Amino acid sequence: MSQNNSLFNYILKIADNQLILGHRLSEQSSKGPFLEEDIACSNIALDLIGAANSLYIYAASIQGENKTEDDLVFLRSERDYKNVLLVEQPNTDFAFLMLRQFLFDTYDFYFQQALLNSKDETLAAIAAKTLKESTYHLRHSGNWMIRLGDGTTESAMRLKNAMNQLWCFIDELFEQDETEIALVAQGIAVDSNAIKAQFDNHVASIMQNAGMDIPTNIFMQKGGKQGVHTEHLGFLLAEMQYVHRSFPGVKW
Amino acid sequence: MNDSQGILWEVFIQSKPGQPHKHAGSVHAHDNEMALQNARDLYCRRNEGTNLWVVPASAIVASSPEDIGPFFEPSNDKVYRHPTFYTVPEGITHM
Amino acid sequence: MNSLKLDENQLIENFEAKLAKNEMIEPKDWMPEQYRKHLIRQISQHAHSEIIGMQPEGNWITRAPSMRRKMVLLAKVQDEAGHGLYLYSAAESMGISREEMLYQLHTGAAKYSSIFNYPTLTWADMGAIGWLVDGAAIMNQVMLQRTSYGPYSRAMVRICKEESFHQRQGYEIMTVLAAGTPAQKEMAQDALNRWWWPSLMMFGPRDEESPNSAQAIKWKIKRETNDQLRQRFVNQTVPQVEKIGLIVPDKDIKWNDAKNGYDFGEINWDEFWTVVKGNGPCNKTRIAAKIKSHEEGAWVREAANAHAAKINKNKAA
Repeated sequence: MSQNNSLFNYILKIADNQLILGHRLSEQSSKGPFLEEDIACSNIALDLIGAANSLYIYAASIQGENKTEDDLVFLRSERDYKNVLLVEQPNTDFAFLMLRQFLFDTYDFYFQQALLNSKDETLAAIAAKTLKESTYHLRHSGNWMIRLGDGTTESAMRLKNAMNQLWCFIDELFEQDETEIALVAQGIAVDSNAIKAQFDNHVASIMQNAGMDIPTNIFMQKGGKQGVHTEHLGFLLAEMQYVHRSFPGVKW
Repeated sequence: MNDSQGILWEVFIQSKPGQPHKHAGSVHAHDNEMALQNARDLYCRRNEGTNLWVVPASAIVASSPEDIGPFFEPSNDKVYRHPTFYTVPEGITHM
Repeated sequence: MNSLKLDENQLIENFEAKLAKNEMIEPKDWMPEQYRKHLIRQISQHAHSEIIGMQPEGNWITRAPSMRRKMVLLAKVQDEAGHGLYLYSAAESMGISREEMLYQLHTGAAKYSSIFNYPTLTWADMGAIGWLVDGAAIMNQVMLQRTSYGPYSRAMVRICKEESFHQRQGYEIMTVLAAGTPAQKEMAQDALNRWWWPSLMMFGPRDEESPNSAQAIKWKIKRETNDQLRQRFVNQTVPQVEKIGLIVPDKDIKWNDAKNGYDFGEINWDEFWTVVKGNGPCNKTRIAAKIKSHEEGAWVREAANAHAAKINKNKAA
């Protein structure tokens, strides 16, 4: 794989995570538990989709075939998407949704912080902007972990259920393939092994405040980074892409 | 009173460092931190602020419309509180 | 112990004198009960319209055909939530709680703008709504910036400022579609055909059939009548339709020199009343969706309350 190719794929992995999670959150628009929280979630969705957009623009420029960010978003199929399984999981209740945010936000906060040091200047610049946003996201979802864990018996039970469902997707966040390891060696990519301890510490401390136990002995699911997804992603893409694909090559 | 929509908070925004905080509107929230975040998400979507205050609406003590006479009109005739009340010799500046 | 007690007549006189001088009425000021009731009804209806209005557009966020359009639409729907919130706050200043207003909405006791009871069927509907529906709403809202109730007026000033991009983005969508492939242009024309008349209906019944209107104008809640605003909207919009090569779906549209405006055809008032009375294509689904998310959020609000109560108790201890 050429240097450009592996950088291109690396950017897509980052962007796909942001886009797919942003998409899931945007599905919640007008469905929030109260108006203020609806607005908060839309804000976060906008941040995520905006960050993805900057990354796709960069990726398209590296690809160089006169491609645009929209080509990358609307014309790649399920097997070409490289997001982690965690972010594509469909919305169920608010506890599930907010835990999915919290786990990703924690990962993303340390990830963007490390990406600041990338030798790739564009990536580092995008990370600088994204880090401010993810700092806020993490504060928002972390507060909710404590409210839900500490709130009522029902909210604690729902959060616990969500933990049992989502915990199996955590290890994938830190998985690295060979091309990624090569990029780490060049100082371009983030060494996700190095941020795992920070992730674990932060999650453990928030969950302790929330009075929640961390699930143990969970079998870890992987595959998203290789384009082997859960069945949910196909439906998400079908919905997201159908208008664009129904009118090939036109302007919007 | 905590109804199911949380309590009402008044939001004050400082638009630039050094400026006073100005009332922007209200927001509902269940706790301090949520009030701050909700105010940020609602009133600072367009780069409006550098600092935020949120105050439970119930904590604000306000004068009444009937007070307009006794509270505010007595200062109308205290013109000696304004610099233009005083004459200084012609040619004097910086005062 | 407060200043002298004024009798009712004198209070009314003071109130009307304020209106005559174009002074704002503020929450703690004395106001006639009817004025309060009228405003609570109007402001909460306005708030509900913003909130229900999120649904027809929210319907297309996940399907928007480009990244730019997706972000714009999401930001616009979010703005609507914000505007609903500003308006609920303005109504709360008159002594009604948000919870009560939501209850009225969910039980059908409160209305919202009928326009949102029409379905959004294609992407072009996002253009038509931004351009026509927001265009019509802005006409009304610009007027309401000068409404006599302070908190309502201030909410409208903020809303007008924020909404200035809404109509433009809608017109931009339509402009691009109208200049696109035949299929895109057809989609645009179809959306215009479906949204044109409902947009004209947004201004409400004709003046002679709008009894509340006269009182609202007397109290300076409204500054112009339904028909005046509707006429201005038509005058402003017809050239915009022609500019992008679409056709106004009204064969009676004709410039009238004498009135310096367009003549236009008769609105289908049967359809108007059918939708107002709850039998539009989406009345039931819109309210059902609203109730569903409210009910599904109940445990979240309870948890937030319970957590806040625990913090407060710890603080007190």
